[in-house]
Amino acid sequence: MKQLVVVGNGMTGVACVEQVLKHAPRFEITIFGDETHVNYNRILLSSVLAGEKAADEITLSPLEWYQRNDIRLRLGVRIVDVDADLKTVRGDDGSVTSYDTLLLATGSSPFMPRIEGLDRENVFAFRTLDDTRKLLQRAGPGVKAVVIGGGLLGLEAARGLQVQGCNVTVVHLMPTLMERQLDPNAGNYLAGKMEDLGIRVLLGRTTTAVVGNGHAEGVALEDGTIVEADLVVVAAGIRPNVELAYKAGLNVNRGIVVNDHMETSDPDIFAVGECVEHRGVCYGLVAPLLEQGKVLAATITANKGPVYTGTIQAAKLKIMGVDVFSAGDWSEQNAEPVCYEDRALGVYKKLTVRDGKLAGVILVGDTSDSHRYMDWLRAQTDLSGQRRHLLFPPPGSDAGLDIAQMAESATICGCVGVTKGAIIHAIHQEGVNTLSQLKEATRASTGCGSCTALCQDILKAVAPEFEEETKRVICGCVPFSQDALREILRSQRLKSVQEVLEIYGNGQGCEVCKPALSYMLDMIWCGDHDEDRSARFINDRVHANIQKDGTFSVVPRIRGGVTTPDELRRIADVADKYHVPMVKITGSQRIDLLGIKKEDLPQVWADLGMPSGQAYTKGFRMVKTCVGTEFCRFGTQDSTAAGIELERRFEQLYTPHKVKMASVGCPRNCAEATVKDIGLVGQEGGWQVVVGGAAGKSVRKADLLITVETTDAALEAAELFFQYYREQANYLERTYDFVERFGIDKVRKETVYAPAPVKQGLLDRLRKSKTRARDAWHEGQAPVHPTQFIPIQAIEGVHA
Amino acid sequence: MSHEVRQKPDTAGRPRWIPVTACDNIPLREGRAARVGDREIAIFNFGDRFLAVDNRCPHKGGPLCDGIVAGDCVVCPLHAWKVSLETGAIERPATASACVRTYPTRVEAGVVLVELPADPKARSATDTTGGGRAA
Ligand code: SRM
Ligand SMILES: Cc1cc2nc3c(=O)[nH]c(=O)nc-3n(C[C@H](O)[C@H](O)[C@H](O)COP(=O)(O)OP(=O)(O)OC[C@H]3O[C@@H](n4cnc5c(N)ncnc54)[C@H](O)[C@@H]3O)c2cc1C
Ligand code: SF4
Ligand code: FES
Repeated sequence: MKQLVVVGNGMTGVACVEQVLKHAPRFEITIFGDETHVNYNRILLSSVLAGEKAADEITLSPLEWYQRNDIRLRLGVRIVDVDADLKTVRGDDGSVTSYDTLLLATGSSPFMPRIEGLDRENVFAFRTLDDTRKLLQRAGPGVKAVVIGGGLLGLEAARGLQVQGCNVTVVHLMPTLMERQLDPNAGNYLAGKMEDLGIRVLLGRTTTAVVGNGHAEGVALEDGTIVEADLVVVAAGIRPNVELAYKAGLNVNRGIVVNDHMETSDPDIFAVGECVEHRGVCYGLVAPLLEQGKVLAATITANKGPVYTGTIQAAKLKIMGVDVFSAGDWSEQNAEPVCYEDRALGVYKKLTVRDGKLAGVILVGDTSDSHRYMDWLRAQTDLSGQRRHLLFPPPGSDAGLDIAQMAESATICGCVGVTKGAIIHAIHQEGVNTLSQLKEATRASTGCGSCTALCQDILKAVAPEFEEETKRVICGCVPFSQDALREILRSQRLKSVQEVLEIYGNGQGCEVCKPALSYMLDMIWCGDHDEDRSARFINDRVHANIQKDGTFSVVPRIRGGVTTPDELRRIADVADKYHVPMVKITGSQRIDLLGIKKEDLPQVWADLGMPSGQAYTKGFRMVKTCVGTEFCRFGTQDSTAAGIELERRFEQLYTPHKVKMASVGCPRNCAEATVKDIGLVGQEGGWQVVVGGAAGKSVRKADLLITVETTDAALEAAELFFQYYREQANYLERTYDFVERFGIDKVRKETVYAPAPVKQGLLDRLRKSKTRARDAWHEGQAPVHPTQFIPIQAIEGVHA
Repeated sequence: MSHEVRQKPDTAGRPRWIPVTACDNIPLREGRAARVGDREIAIFNFGDRFLAVDNRCPHKGGPLCDGIVAGDCVVCPLHAWKVSLETGAIERPATASACVRTYPTRVEAGVVLVELPADPKARSATDTTGGGRAA
C-alpha cells in the first residue's frame, strides 16, 4: 500500500483524512502533529478560555479513532524538512519518513508584529490548547490584561479573560474594531458593546513595546502612554505556515498555491487548510477548509473530479450578548447599500446589493436573520421580487416561516456543513427527536454552536415527538414559573411565603405553591428566611412520615448504613417501650420504626439519641455504601468512609425533591450507585462521580459528571452538583428529570468545569446553608410551637 | 361566623358552647386536633376567625388537622382531598359527594369556643349524610 504522510494534526488535516477513509483503502496513513493533543476543535478555545467548556470536552478525534483506522499518529513531532526528490520528510526527533503522497495541513501561526519585548514572561499568543491553558493559569480576578489586536480572536480572548476576572484593555491599531469584517459604523457599535461589558477599548493606537523587568508589567504605546499589564495577549493576525512548502520547492505566495483540485505545483504533494492560498485567497475559518478537504480527498484517492471554487466568507463573533455577523463583500463600491439602525437598541444591519443579488451583509445586535442572508449569498438568489422586504420579512410572517421557507439544500450548520434536508432526513429516518440525538446523528451544532436555535426550530417543526419546554406556572395562586419566582424572591429580597403570596399572588396559596415557596426561600437565603410551618407539609411540621392511620414512622440516621450494637440496642428498647407495631430494614440500608403516635415522637427521638434520617422530607436522604476496601477483596476505594463523609456534608439540607446517594468501592456497584441521584463509583486510582440516576418510578442510568483521582475531589464534585441542583431545579423535580432537562453537558459546564469563582460561589452557598442547618429532631426538646406535637384537650369537659 | 340554628329550643338541652383552648395554642393558618368530649375536632386559625370540622377525612379517615390550608379549605395530608372548612363540602375530587361536619366557633377572652349540637339525634342524622363514600 502507498504511504500517505500528513503534516499537521489539526482540524482540516484530520477532516481530510476522514474523507480519504471514506474512499476505498489505498493508503497507509501517518499523521505528524507538533502539538501534543489529539485533534481538537480549535474554534472552541474561546469557550475554554471563557470557562464554558473544559479542555477535554473539545476533543474531535479521540485516540481510539486513530487506532480504529490504523493511523500511525506521531504527536509532539515537528516536521522540519521535506525532500521532494527522495520523497521523505524529516522530523525534529531525527526520524525520516518516506511518502508516496504528502499532505501539508500545517495551518497557520499567530503573527507577531514588530514590538519590542515580546519575549518577556507572561506574553502569550492565543492559538493552541497549550496557549489557552497557560492563559487560564495566569488569568484571575484582579489581573490586568492587555490584548493587542481588536479582531475576532482578540475580542474573544478579551472576553474570556474578563470572564476569568481580569481587568482587560484591548489595544487596536486601526480606528475601528474588526475592520476586516465590519464597516466603521458597525465597528463603533461593537466598541460600545465591548465597553458595556466592562472591557476598555483603545483604538488607533500603535503598540511599540512590552515593558517590564523580565516579565510583562505594561504595554507602551506610540504616544508615550503606558498601559499596565500583568499579562499580554498578542492577537494581531495569522500567517500561513509555508516553510515546508518552500523547502519542497512548491509555488508559494502568501500561502501554498493550490488549484481547484487542491493540487500544488508538485504532483505528489497536496495542501489543505489555513496554509493554502486558493485563487488568491487564504481562508481563516473552518467551513471553507472542510470543503477543501472533501475535494482534496477525492483528488488523492484517484477520484479526481470535484472542484473547489471558493467560499463566501462569513464570520460570527462568539461572545454572548454581543451579536455580530458579517459575510461577503459589504463594501459600497458599485453596490446599493440597504441599512437599518436603532442606536438605542444597538442594532445595525447593512446589506449590499449588486445586480439585484446580495453581495454582503453586516449584522450587529440582532443576528437572527444571518441564515437567510447566507442562503441568499450562497444561492445568489435574485432579490428583485422582494426588494422591499430585505431587512424585514413581509408583514404577517411568523417565526416558523423562516425555516419553512428555507430550501432543503440550505446550510444550517456552517461549521460541519449540515443542510436542512440532512436534518429532516435524520428526523424521519433515524427517529431523531432531541437536540442531542440530532448532534449524534448529524454532528450539526457541534462546532461553534451558533445554529442551535435553528436546529431546535426544525426539530420543533418536523419531529413528531419534540416537546418544547413550556414555561409552566407553579399554580393559580402565584401564576409565575419557578424560574421567575426564584428571580423575584432574590431581587425583591422576600423572606416569607405569606409575603410572596400577598404581593404576587392571591394572598392564600395552596398545598402546591406553599411548600415550593418554602423550599425556595430556604435555598435562596441559605436558611436565613422566615420559616412558616403552616406552609409546610405535615411531615415537615413534625419531622416524621405520616402513615395511612395518621401515625408516623421514624427513621434515624445511620450514616452509610453502618451502625453499632449500642445503637441497635437503643432502637430495640424504643421498639419495646412504645410498642412499635413494625420494625423494618428499609431499602436504603437503615431501620424504620413504623406506627408511632405524634405525641410520642419527641420522647422516641430522645430515647434513640440519634439524629433524624430525614426519610420524610424533600431533602438529602442517605448514602448507601458497600464495604469497599475495608473488607471486600475487590474494593479499590474506601467507599464506606466516603459515604459516611458524604452524609455528614449533606445531612439536614433541603432539596427540590429527595436526593439519594450511594458510594461503591468498585464497578461491581453493590450499593447501586449508578441508579442514584448522586453516585460515587470507585475505580483503580480514582472515582467516577455520576448523577441523575433513578430506579424508582422509572429507571435511568446516571450520567458521568467527572472522573477524579482523590476522594476529596469526588466529594467536591458531589457538592457542586448538589448545590447546583438545589439552586436550578424546580421544586419536585428529581435529579433524573433535571439532568435530562438541562443536559449533562450543561450541568458539567456549570459545575465541575465552571470557572473557579463560579465553583467557589456554589460551595460557599452550600456551606452557608449547612452552617444554619440543624438536626430537625432537636425540636422534640425545643418545639417551635407549644402544641407542635401535643394534641389539645378541651379546657372544659363536656357534661351530659 | 356561620351559625346554623338547627336545634329545636324545646328539646332536651341547648346547643352548648365549649371553651376548648387558648387561641395561641393554634398557630396562624394551621390546624390542631382537639378532643372535645367523645369527638375529635380539627380547629384552624385564620387570624380573624377559627373554623372547626370533624378531624376525619371522608375519604379514608385522614387527620384533617394536619393538612395544609388553601383559602378556606384544608387539603388532607393523605391523598389530597380538598375540604371546605366553611361548609364541610368536598371541593376536590369533584366526584365526591361526601361532607364533613362543621362546628360554629367563637372567641372569648383569648379562648376558642366550639359549639356542640345539643341533640344527639341531630348529630347522627348529619352523620348519615356526612359519612358517605367517595364515588
Ligand atoms: C420505607 C421505604 C420502603 C422500605 O420499607 O424499604 C420507603 C417508603 C416510602 N417511599 Fe420509597 N421508601 C424507601 C425506599 C425507596 C427506594 C430505595 C432506595 O432509596 O434506595 C426507592 C427507589 C429510589 C428512588 O428514590 O427513586 C423509593 C422510591 C420511592 C418513590 C418513587 C420516587 C421516584 O421519583 O421514582 C416514592 C414516591 C415519591 O417520592 O414521589 C416513594 C415514596 C415513599 C413513601 C415516602 C410514600 C409516602 O409519601 O408516604 C413511603 C413512606 C412509607 C412510610 O410510611 O414510612 N419512594 N423508595 C424505604 C425508606 C428508605 C429510607 O431508609 O429512607
Ligand atoms: C481561538 C480561536 C477561535 C476561532 N474561532 C473560529 C470560529 O469561530 N469559526 C471558524 O470558522 N474558525 C475559527 N477559528 C479558526 C480555525 O480554528 C482555523 O481556521 C482552523 O483550525 C484551521 O485548521 P487547519 O487544520 O488548517 O490548521 P490548524 O488547526 O492550525 O492545524 C494545523 C496543525 O498542524 C500543526 N503543524 C504545523 N506545522 C507543523 C509541522 N511542521 N510539523 C508538525 N505539525 C505541524 C500545528 O501545530 C497544528 O496543530 C478560530 C481559531 C482560534 C485560534
Ligand atoms: S462494589 Fe466492589 S468493592 Fe463494593 S462490595 Fe461490591 S465488589 Fe466489593
Ligand atoms: S384520607 Fe384524606 S384524602 Fe384520603
